[in-house]
Amino acid sequence: MMVPVDGFMYPNEVELQWSVLVVVYPFVTGLVAGAFILASLERIFRVMAVKPTYRLALLTALAFLLVAPLPLQLHLGHPERSLEMYLTPYRGSAMAMFGFVYLWYLLAVLLLEIWLDFRRDIVLLSQSTTGWRRLLYRALTLGSSNIGEGSLRLDDKVGWVITLIGIPSAFLLHGYVGFIFGSVKANPWWSSPLMPVVFIFSAMVSGIAMVMLVYMAMMKVRRQPIDMRCVDTIAQYLLYTFIIDFALEMLDLIHRIYEADESFRSLDFMVHTRLFFSQVVLQILLGTVVPILVLGLIQIFNVPEKLRRLAYAVCGCLTIVGIFAMRWNVVIGGQLFSKSFLGYTAYKISLVSREGELIAAALLILPFFILAALMKILPPWMDEKLEAAAAD
Amino acid sequence: MITRRKMLVLLPAAAVAWKFVLAGTPAEAPGYHPSTPTAGALGTPGYDHSQHWWGMLLDIDKCIGCGSCVRACSNENNVPEGYFRTWVERYHVSGWEQEVPQVDSPNGALNGFPPSKFEGGKNFFVPKMCNHCKDSPCTQVCPVGATLHTPDGVVLVDEKYCLGCRYCIQACPYGCRFLNPTKRTAEKCSLCYHRITKGLTTACCENCPTGARQLVDLKDPNDPIHEYLKTHSVQVLKPHLATGAKAFYHDLDGSVR
Amino acid sequence: MSKFKDAEHLVRLAMAFALVAAVFLLVRAHFIPKSFGQYGHYRGDALAELADKPLHYAGHQTCETCHSDVLELKKAGKHVGVNCESCHGPLARHAEDPASVVPQLPDTAVLCARCHETNLAKPKNFPQVVSAEHSGGVVCKTCHQPHNPLLPQESGKTGGKQS
Repeated sequence: MMVPVDGFMYPNEVELQWSVLVVVYPFVTGLVAGAFILASLERIFRVMAVKPTYRLALLTALAFLLVAPLPLQLHLGHPERSLEMYLTPYRGSAMAMFGFVYLWYLLAVLLLEIWLDFRRDIVLLSQSTTGWRRLLYRALTLGSSNIGEGSLRLDDKVGWVITLIGIPSAFLLHGYVGFIFGSVKANPWWSSPLMPVVFIFSAMVSGIAMVMLVYMAMMKVRRQPIDMRCVDTIAQYLLYTFIIDFALEMLDLIHRIYEADESFRSLDFMVHTRLFFSQVVLQILLGTVVPILVLGLIQIFNVPEKLRRLAYAVCGCLTIVGIFAMRWNVVIGGQLFSKSFLGYTAYKISLVSREGELIAAALLILPFFILAALMKILPPWMDEKLEAAAAD
Repeated sequence: MITRRKMLVLLPAAAVAWKFVLAGTPAEAPGYHPSTPTAGALGTPGYDHSQHWWGMLLDIDKCIGCGSCVRACSNENNVPEGYFRTWVERYHVSGWEQEVPQVDSPNGALNGFPPSKFEGGKNFFVPKMCNHCKDSPCTQVCPVGATLHTPDGVVLVDEKYCLGCRYCIQACPYGCRFLNPTKRTAEKCSLCYHRITKGLTTACCENCPTGARQLVDLKDPNDPIHEYLKTHSVQVLKPHLATGAKAFYHDLDGSVR
Repeated sequence: MSKFKDAEHLVRLAMAFALVAAVFLLVRAHFIPKSFGQYGHYRGDALAELADKPLHYAGHQTCETCHSDVLELKKAGKHVGVNCESCHGPLARHAEDPASVVPQLPDTAVLCARCHETNLAKPKNFPQVVSAEHSGGVVCKTCHQPHNPLLPQESGKTGGKQS
């Protein structure tokens, strides 16, 4: 093996099993769950201030959800056998849940909610457009063109129920990923009952930050003013979620240091050396402490609008990087040390390969292209135009 | 009914068996084979799963680190280079402290070990392999049922069904699994299932010159290793993880990971 | 009824879902391997497949059926527990068709050292030598008979000496 081993590792442990693609996957599903929770803030919890981002959040969630299976397929030794997850899922395996939770969330929650919310626009578009667009919209109407008051009210009620179901579904979609790691007793870096909870809260943080960034970017692109009341509220919720997330991660850390079990010395050394930059610098300092401080200061002091916008943009980006680093630290970090607690290996990532840096980067950029396409088909700001047209 | 004739046969047989027990793992006598050589293969009549429950005894007292087991396994099972279904570790414990042994395993001990760098202290070899756990975490996490417990207690990988997701490799506390680079499926020690179901012993046991590795049938009351396990002090690796490991170590030092 | 008309699109949706579910169940029934679940949550056929792999080592009982003379020699000495193929390599094909594979005699200069070269980690009572000091470069086979290695003057047993 050409990988440099420090100390002793079991011979089969030297090569990492789960690559950067397995880091991308929880990052992406985390964004999905987080974006959805932001959408549900308005729908269920009546936080009307964030309504401008409602549709955008749903579409963002969908764009990322469509990309989510790709890193997994690229990682599998035999992707052509992935149908087996649906044929003979082993109920004792958290990973087997993936297929069904994903399908449930995609079909029964996200697509359904989007369809119900956009249905009026879809019907109107099916009547006003021509060519292949018309066919597409006609198909999406499922043949029904009823957008009378009664049907729309029904849509609203059903949509409310779907969103309500969607919240625990989103937690399940991402929480089970945390459980995939948290339930592995062989790996003390992963094995923890806190793992699913930490994953969910960091997902919420990343999803909220992502929607905030996309909203601000889209307003800039459309040359529209940013609704500051909306963005201020999102930033507030980002701060609250961050505080909980940070508290949970610190709890895990303090607990580890205090109990100092057989794995502690080995893990401690790893964090101070191989994982120092990604864990301490990127995840904790830049990715969590700085955004919390900045967002906290904005709550306390009166910061002018322009500066606030800049702060939100910077914090949003730092958050995204920090949460990606968190996934990296969990997945890659968990494989850098030996289960004999006597040694360390290194992750040799390649640039151009099936599981390399380029593919990872492409998978992270792809959702934005999909989002752009979705926004063309289902414009989030359509109802403003229609209402303006109806008023004439 | 025990007739005089039967006693004439039983007594000497009992004496021989007792001698095996007293001798510890049989090093002087040719290895006892748990199934009779006439037992048939799985597909043919003769091999009955329900009659067997397989395990392994590894005697640290006897291991000389020659690496014969590693080479034998590699030959028998076409193990790809750089990956190991079994391997041997060499431990050096300098004082009374058990927490920081010096361990090495050059190429899994495929070519044995070079001379030791250390003077004094405790030094010994530890063969490692799949522990064929009764409650294996690897089968628990396989999403599709590609890794399995046979009815006779062997943990195997169905290479036609495995997706190559590598979750089982992550879940194994003993580091005995790897991904076969050409087949792209998970792989590990199969306890030479194709041999033990034909009444032969595993390749590693067959080739161990000192009897440090011995196959054991935990359902066979006549198996002297079975008897040995009931009368000698043995341990499993990482007992706190409650995997139900069936690779039993005799004379295992506390520093062994 | 206006109520039904309002819900018409939802009914259509429900029907679409039901169709997808039905198709899924059909696909599933078709593709699940027949032997799955026979012994547990896995393909029952896998057991026979895994038991059917080719043998590379014949096992010493097989060697002994033909080479009983060597067995007699071994029985009297210290290498009685060392099985044939651990020195001679995998020979199942030779056992199947002796003429097709002629086993090569192992080079004792390399072979013996694997077990008997002194190493701190070997059990203290295991016979080990520093070969340079022990034989000064002379090949092991010159003095020791591998099947019964003790030299006659070292023990009362009938040892073997290479003539």
